[in-house]
Amino acid sequence: MTIKADIFLYGDDVNTDVIFPGKYTYTITDPNEMAKHAMEDLDPDFVKTVKAGDAIVAGKNFGCGSSREQAATCLKYSGVSVIAAESFSRLFYRNAINSGLPLVVVKDIGKKVKKSEQIEVDFEKGVLKCQAGEFNFPPLPNEVLGIVKAGGLIPYIRKKVGMES
Amino acid sequence: MGKTFAEKILAAKAGLDEVIPSQIVTIKPDYVMSHDNSAAISDKFKAIGLKKVYNPEQIVIVLDHCVPPADEKYSKNHQKIRNFVKDQELPYFFDINAGICHQVLPEKGFVFPGALILGSDSHTTTYGAFGAFSAGIGRSEAAAIWATGEMWLMVPESYKIEVRGKFRQNASAKDLILKIIGDIGADGALYKSVEFSGGGIEDMSIDSRMILANMAAEMGAKNAYMRPDNKTEKWLKGRVRSAYITIEPDNDAVYEKVLVYDLENLDRQVACPHTVDNVKPAEELKGTKIDQALIGTCTNGRVEDLRAAAEILKGNKVASSVRLLVLPASYEIYRDAIKEGLIETFIEAGAVIINPGCGPCLGAHEGVPAPGEKVISTANRNFKGRMGSPESEIYLASPYTVARAAITGVIE
Repeated sequence: MTIKADIFLYGDDVNTDVIFPGKYTYTITDPNEMAKHAMEDLDPDFVKTVKAGDAIVAGKNFGCGSSREQAATCLKYSGVSVIAAESFSRLFYRNAINSGLPLVVVKDIGKKVKKSEQIEVDFEKGVLKCQAGEFNFPPLPNEVLGIVKAGGLIPYIRKKVGMES
Repeated sequence: MGKTFAEKILAAKAGLDEVIPSQIVTIKPDYVMSHDNSAAISDKFKAIGLKKVYNPEQIVIVLDHCVPPADEKYSKNHQKIRNFVKDQELPYFFDINAGICHQVLPEKGFVFPGALILGSDSHTTTYGAFGAFSAGIGRSEAAAIWATGEMWLMVPESYKIEVRGKFRQNASAKDLILKIIGDIGADGALYKSVEFSGGGIEDMSIDSRMILANMAAEMGAKNAYMRPDNKTEKWLKGRVRSAYITIEPDNDAVYEKVLVYDLENLDRQVACPHTVDNVKPAEELKGTKIDQALIGTCTNGRVEDLRAAAEILKGNKVASSVRLLVLPASYEIYRDAIKEGLIETFIEAGAVIINPGCGPCLGAHEGVPAPGEKVISTANRNFKGRMGSPESEIYLASPYTVARAAITGVIE
């Protein structure tokens, strides 16, 4: 699987409250509706310009803060196909995998990529290409890859408990 | 080679002789906790397609995030949860009259040394104060545990934070954890199991230990741990539901990093807007005007915290320019605070008492600040927009520092 995408570039410690404000956590349940508020308190232009297949590139500790899964869900439903960052918060990492949104961890990526460029991510080879060069990233562990391939944890569990063959 | 707490408990729970960091294990948690998000989890559970949950006795649900509901959307959310609890015959459901989940779980006996608890809330790390392994998970994961009883976890590397000495006057566990987070950053312990130890921890009350474990989440930790002792045992007596086997790290365990803090050198600390690691000594913020003060939450809503605040407020009045909100973390604490006369002190001082729950901490209701206002709070998070208005600013501090600011109108 290879993704070529336009990017949105953000800094360090992008937290779940700016990705998906807490005030919506119990009032918005439709993922498409969630997508309308993605990045609302960080980058109000995000929802106006994001298109299917786009990528996010960020610094360290992306998705820190709450356990709220909507932070991953709203980005997935806004069209984001991959997030590349220097590191992810543990809960965001799990939530993204469980939503079927792939993440790649690349050292210093937030400093290597420029705002208006494209990146290319080859998941099989574990390579991210950008103007600054080609960078390797560790592939996802097999157990985790199984969840992403199934399209998220819920479809994965459906198969596991025999609801789907 | 000795093993850390995380390595020992995850091996035990996975039924393996030993595990190593970054190994993925499948475990059956003793309990899976969720709160107002249980309605959303129930939708995900339904999407899996099973009629019945795997084990009703593994599930604990506490309504706390918006209680009583602020509007119809929230009340429908609660209604949906109550219906699910009834349909699935879940025995461990706590309605809006119990308190904040992270206080209610230990109080009601679900937390014990050697327990493995996963919760659909980032501050699930709190139970590490009792020698449990507890970590946050997402909604889909909670639904998956409801369906299968099990979950995958990666074995984390461990940090040890050794705390020595005694607190100087007016400094507290909140100042210590803010200092640590300020030093190592919001990702300073990302994905790590953080073990707190040393004489400073042994001297601390359970209330204080819970503050450290609670806020370990704010430095990215997967879980926190403190060795259970006589205080732990005494606190749990009469609460804990079953016999338990304590799991402790080996004395020669290998840690990725060891940090040492001496309480003798610790001043009062404040986390400034808009990140928890933007920490400065309170001294440097002297004179910062505030509009609202909040004492409570799963971080600092226990009797020891209320007592520290009441000591300052006794015989004083909240400044006319400030609204002071006080929320005990649970009804048990509320009752004890009434018995001790603490609530009377707060009312005499001009505070507004709010029912136990998460209250305004996450911006849902009960005290959303106006744009341009500054809030000083004992909570654990000060992200932009956290309390409902992205144009307001939140400072985090100890109950002592917040109470001082409430009567003077400025950070002191």
